[in-house]
Amino acid sequence: MSIAVRGVTKRFGDFVALDDVSVAIAGGSLTALLGPSGSGKSTLLRVIAGLEEPDEGKVLILGEHATGLPPQKRGVGFVFQHYAAFKHLTVRENVAFGLRIRKRPKEEIRGRVDELLELVQLNGLAERYPAQLSGGQRQRMALARALAVEPKVLLLDEPFGALDARVRKELRTWLRRLHEDVHVTTVLVTHDQEEAMDVADRIVLMNEGRIEQTGKPRDLYEHPASEFVMGFVGPVNRFDNSFVRPHDFEIELEPDGTSREGIVKRVVHLGFEVRVEVALPDDNEIWIQLSRERTEALDLEPGRSVFIRPEKTKVFA
Amino acid sequence: MRARYGLRFAALTYLMLLLVLPVGLVFYRTFQHGLEPVWNAMTDPDFLHALWLTLLIALIAVPLNTIFGVACALVLVRQRFRGKAVLNALVDLPFALSPVVVGLALFLVYARTGWFGPWLDAHGIQIVFALPAMVLATIFVSLPFVVREVVPVLREIGTEQEEAAWTLGASPLATFRRITLPAIRWGVTYGVVLTTARCLGEFGAVSVVSGNLIGKTQTLTLHVNNRFQAFDLVGAYTASVVLAVLALMTLFLMNLFRKETPRVDSGPRRDEALR
Amino acid sequence: MIGYLSFIVLIPLAAVIWKSTGSGLEGFWNAVTSPAALASLKLTFGASVVVALVNAVMGTLIAWVLVRDDFPGKGLVNSLIDLPFALPTIVAGLTLLALYGPRGPIGINIAYTRLAIVAALLFVTLPFVVRSVQPVVHELDREMEEAAASLGAGGFTIFRRVILPNLVPAILSGVALAFARAVGEFGAVILISGNIPFKTQVASVQIFSNIESDRPTAAAALSVVLLAFSFLTLLALDLVRRWGSKHES
Repeated sequence: MSIAVRGVTKRFGDFVALDDVSVAIAGGSLTALLGPSGSGKSTLLRVIAGLEEPDEGKVLILGEHATGLPPQKRGVGFVFQHYAAFKHLTVRENVAFGLRIRKRPKEEIRGRVDELLELVQLNGLAERYPAQLSGGQRQRMALARALAVEPKVLLLDEPFGALDARVRKELRTWLRRLHEDVHVTTVLVTHDQEEAMDVADRIVLMNEGRIEQTGKPRDLYEHPASEFVMGFVGPVNRFDNSFVRPHDFEIELEPDGTSREGIVKRVVHLGFEVRVEVALPDDNEIWIQLSRERTEALDLEPGRSVFIRPEKTKVFA
Repeated sequence: MRARYGLRFAALTYLMLLLVLPVGLVFYRTFQHGLEPVWNAMTDPDFLHALWLTLLIALIAVPLNTIFGVACALVLVRQRFRGKAVLNALVDLPFALSPVVVGLALFLVYARTGWFGPWLDAHGIQIVFALPAMVLATIFVSLPFVVREVVPVLREIGTEQEEAAWTLGASPLATFRRITLPAIRWGVTYGVVLTTARCLGEFGAVSVVSGNLIGKTQTLTLHVNNRFQAFDLVGAYTASVVLAVLALMTLFLMNLFRKETPRVDSGPRRDEALR
Repeated sequence: MIGYLSFIVLIPLAAVIWKSTGSGLEGFWNAVTSPAALASLKLTFGASVVVALVNAVMGTLIAWVLVRDDFPGKGLVNSLIDLPFALPTIVAGLTLLALYGPRGPIGINIAYTRLAIVAALLFVTLPFVVRSVQPVVHELDREMEEAAASLGAGGFTIFRRVILPNLVPAILSGVALAFARAVGEFGAVILISGNIPFKTQVASVQIFSNIESDRPTAAAALSVVLLAFSFLTLLALDLVRRWGSKHES
């Protein structure tokens, strides 16, 4: 295991940010720490990096004890949400920083920086200052900077959080491709489940300082361990005592014995899919995801009576 | 519309009557009778000694307060501990104290009859009525400036750049040197300018502790007073003009560096470091 | 850190407080309530109150003009506001004496009067209210004024009801600083006031004269009054700041 976290607890005053958290992260993988604000994911990342010391527990990086080691000695690369660019240094000097600290020879530094700038597609901008770059460019610079010293693990703290939606999506794809090229063990913190599902090999879903579930994105979606997990990684309806995904409902115009009757309240066309809001007799409202063809075939309209039956439900203890 | 001109007129008139005319008049009076009296006043050995002494004191006090100021700002902004409010109040105290009280305080501690008096006497160390006391007094009154200018800058830049430097392998000292210091340099510079101006202009506290010995423990400000009491107006005005020119240079530098710092006013803001 | 501060600040101040009790509490009380002491304290605080009030008005006015008005040389005027910070106090007093004293060219002679003290204090306290209020005026939301105008309020009403309330914390803050400074001022008043006991001798000058005539206990007692006062001002300033920040988000 590349990173092993064992029984880590971290408190800030009365607030428990991490509560006896244990997780193992495989070498070469891209793992997402996913969760809502306050779930402890950033704190966990910072504990791994050595930017926070846990009150209890251990951290091992590549089998060696890292607890108690300062960040300088852990061999981690860290990328911050707001870039943490060294404003008074050029792009080249930023990327070269770690190498200059290690007193590498000048030609070696030059070569490596050029190589990295090429990798992150910032080749023409080496002599610019961070203030002259866009947000996306700054973040790519930050990545190059972190990779320059060949870290054992790469840690990214909501790296795309400060960027606008389009840039975010572009960089997300770009990061995945970069990971495939470079293959450093990478841990990414995000609150965006779509991002995590898109990019990660494995997801660690956290809530209130604890780990709710770890697994492949598909596993979390199809076999959620709790109501929280199910609701976080995808849309969900409450139906009797169980939970059903909007696309797991069957909808017909005739009853068939086990189906429930409801009235269509709203039909919303969202481009390629349709959202149908149905009111059920017990004051419950659910929404169903249908294709355009099916919606047309059924000729659904507000006020129409329909019969629905869940195909796949999940019940949690 | 008329109100605007009325306000402008009131403001400018007030400033003219209070600041511009008095200072301008002294410049005029100094050179009124030609350059020769001025030259004589400036080559007077007492004047030269006073000038040298003033600069010497500043040369000692300013670096000390700068180092202290940066260290104190780092502690106030980056560390968590109880009693931050006390530290803040202590640093701000010199702003609120009368300089004469400062002088008295130092006198009571370091004079022969003071708390440390006997010990100092036994070791042949003279503090009061000599350079050391004057340096101490000047350090006291100019203590807060660098701290107050660096604190908001430190707060604004945040810790992320420093953390990034750590993860890249930089030791705390290397981080301070390469990342923190460049980031706060304008705050420090502005603070140094203010500190220097305060050092050069100190009067009340050094009046008390220096003993005012002509040619030995007189700073330029004491020299001005001394010349005035001796009815040597040209001497007093000349020394004043020298100090005023230094003050105007300070203003110029303040204006230059003010744009680089995030703050506009020069009053102390204690509560910021408390949050 | 604490060591450096103690050495420079704490120990000397402790000595003053200690010395003031040299003749016991009764001696302290006598020293502080002697006719000369009372006179100087009354004069000091009285003049400082006047100065604070004048600054409240003129300082706000100047800040307003510097932010909202525009005229050639405004930048220069803005820089000049800091002159009292940069100029030694003794020089400040001398310049006022030159213009408004016995040898002044315009025939006004206010030397050795209380008015002279007020003038000197106004000089040294000029920047406090101005610099305190300026950034607030700068940050004022113009839309508030526009909304008031659209609701029918005229210029002065807008100032009184919309603008002024937002400036009050900054004004009070500047006034407190100006007041604290004025109470302790020494260099600027020493030449122009003449230091006539019971008439134009402010507290700081009396302390100095006590030291010179080898009456350190009396000097210390009076100093403690000023010290206590500084402490109260810092406290008041803190309260004003907290109250003022309630208006912000």
